[in-house]
Amino acid sequence: MNKEYEKVLALIGNPNVGKSTIFNALTGKHQHTGNWPGKTVSNTNGEFKFNDKEYLIYDLPGTYSLISHSDEEEVARDFICFEDKDLTIVVCDAVCLERNLNLVLQICEITNDVIVCVNLMDEAKKKKIKIDLDELSNILNVPVIGTSARSNIGLNKLLNKIQNSNNIKPINIKYNEKIETAINMICENIHFNSKLNNRFIAIKFLDNDELIVNKLIEYLGTNYSEELILSIKKAKDYLKNNNIIDLKDEITTSIINKAEEIANKVVFFEDKDYTKKDRKIDKLLTNKITGIPIMILSLMCIFYITITGANYPSEILYNLLFKLENILFNLFTYLNIPNIINEILIHGAFRITAFVVSVMLPPMAIFFPLFSLLEDSGVLPRIAFNLDKGFKKCAACGKQALTMCMSFGCNAVGITGSRIIDSKRERLIAILTNNFIPCNGRFPTIISIITMFFVGFSSSISNSIISTIILTIVILLGILMTFMCSKILSKTILKGIPSSFAMELPPYRKPQFFKVIFHSIKDKTIKVLCRALAVSFPAGIIIWIFSNINIDGISILSYCINFLNPFGKMIGLDGTILMAFILGFPANEIVIPIMIMGYLKTNIVSDFSNIYQLKEIFINNGWTIKTAICTIIFSLMHYPCSTTLLTIKKETNSIKWTILSFLLPTIIGIIICFLISNIFNLFI
Amino acid sequence: MNNYTLNKTKVGDIVKIVQINSEPSIKRRFQDLGIIKNSKLECVLKSPFNDPSAYLIRGTVIALREDDSKNIIVEYCNE
Repeated sequence: MNKEYEKVLALIGNPNVGKSTIFNALTGKHQHTGNWPGKTVSNTNGEFKFNDKEYLIYDLPGTYSLISHSDEEEVARDFICFEDKDLTIVVCDAVCLERNLNLVLQICEITNDVIVCVNLMDEAKKKKIKIDLDELSNILNVPVIGTSARSNIGLNKLLNKIQNSNNIKPINIKYNEKIETAINMICENIHFNSKLNNRFIAIKFLDNDELIVNKLIEYLGTNYSEELILSIKKAKDYLKNNNIIDLKDEITTSIINKAEEIANKVVFFEDKDYTKKDRKIDKLLTNKITGIPIMILSLMCIFYITITGANYPSEILYNLLFKLENILFNLFTYLNIPNIINEILIHGAFRITAFVVSVMLPPMAIFFPLFSLLEDSGVLPRIAFNLDKGFKKCAACGKQALTMCMSFGCNAVGITGSRIIDSKRERLIAILTNNFIPCNGRFPTIISIITMFFVGFSSSISNSIISTIILTIVILLGILMTFMCSKILSKTILKGIPSSFAMELPPYRKPQFFKVIFHSIKDKTIKVLCRALAVSFPAGIIIWIFSNINIDGISILSYCINFLNPFGKMIGLDGTILMAFILGFPANEIVIPIMIMGYLKTNIVSDFSNIYQLKEIFINNGWTIKTAICTIIFSLMHYPCSTTLLTIKKETNSIKWTILSFLLPTIIGIIICFLISNIFNLFI
Repeated sequence: MNNYTLNKTKVGDIVKIVQINSEPSIKRRFQDLGIIKNSKLECVLKSPFNDPSAYLIRGTVIALREDDSKNIIVEYCNE
């Protein structure tokens, strides 16, 4: 690998210190960033060029320590220990340097080629925290660079250091005399040719951590001298005789104390109350009385802006695209393109794509940026903090709230994000219940049904408020279902007690308004839209073919719909709706368009030159309030889309859990729709 | 000296850790976050349902559940 590249680099650091920001700034990639610990959950790499030389850089998941045992930390540690790389860049948070130094010291112990990058210098400056970078460099004996990666400050210096740093010799941490003696006993006999420091190898041999020792043996090869094996045994006995039983504990404590000692020398707080402002916001957001209502209100606020803002552009897009449909159809006829192809392309593929764009794009383009702003500010961990007690009662993890928040954007992202939950049992609960949070593909379905059946199209303020309230109730219902299912799961197939919970509440950061909006539209909205389009185009063709190929005078589509109809009716839906959900399996965005297409093809109604007539199409096909409610519920509670299921398969590595995550929400959705439908039939 | 456990601290209390009685894996997790014997921490937040609570330690705010914080014995710091 080194042949092509000048240097291979690894970025490592505590969670949420801006590794991804630095990675993005260097490589020009747009890896998702956000203000909460655990955003980057897998290794990503990228290339960049500096002074005409190519570099390869790895972005490792955030980790507090390399001694601990979570999967993520093991991935990071193994990478630092065993992967071939020339430089390790440890990214630190200037605001809480002390805790970050802990990791720096651990890495200095493993390998020599270390550069320390103290990021978020701008945040530290705002909080009047001064850091003596030169002194830090002197003490650690490694290059130290201060950066503010979000505003591109210091990156050039970092690049220069990356280019010019060779033969770094970081400090050794001195443990107590007994441990040092034991380490030296082993070190004398280590003659491996590796990039690992002998001291580190010695400590790991002393420590009874089989996992890493086995990996070390594999890495170093098995040519051990008799002397080495003997010296390890002697050193172990020596420690035992000197009453040092928990070596790991002694070592971590020494490192933490060393970090504290260094921090005291290089960090100066000019304003002792630098956290005061954060604490004030915290008090408001996590207050007994105001905490929960503020959360719900801000959720409603986002919905309100999305609904109101999306109304008008939706209408314009709709009218525009359907004018375009006519023009294209006439053009194709004029060009003598065979009628059947013209029909398939324009009345099939184009029409459904036009529906998707006009109904789905505006809410997405508004919701994603708004949510990104919230993500960036650091509010989401507070939501997890507020809701943790609820999750604890369900024997689940409070961080599940974070994965749920991610799911508002996309369920697959929420599934991947579940890696921030340490306990495997709790992670499975989060994955299995994840689909109760409607993603951005399902929002527009729910919103348009609400608009059509509960509010009406006129975009008056009161209408938008009613829509918002109904949507919020739907979301709260989803959250309630998440809690209930988590509880049921942890009492049945995923039995267990809640594990320990330690979550960092990061300092608030002012989101970079325009940057966030730009990137969320560019990266997320466009990406999701493309996916929806890629699905809707062929779906349109299939629908058209289905509805135009007749067997015994009845179209295939009608056959399918008629077949599904009895079951659909039983749960308050109909055959067309079920068909739409089945065909919408690859992307939920196309559910409503498929319904409309289905209704149009099986009925005579064909004039729908404006968006207000959509409701008529539905009503003419037997929709009532009951159908609307059941469709909303079913949209909230049914199987995850194909992308999400694939992600679940990848994350759980088990067909069993994937199938269960398919069945669980579907069965619950069917039961609830069945109940609602029957209650309606009884009383109305 | 007033010995008590971390979960009993009120918002604004500054305490020093005397002993951590958690099981080893949790103890390790605490160590990662800089929570060890003799560390000083301040209780800064209680969640709306009183659990978990958040503590300021070594410049960061860490949320801990009562089940975990009750195993940390602390003493009051007069500072």
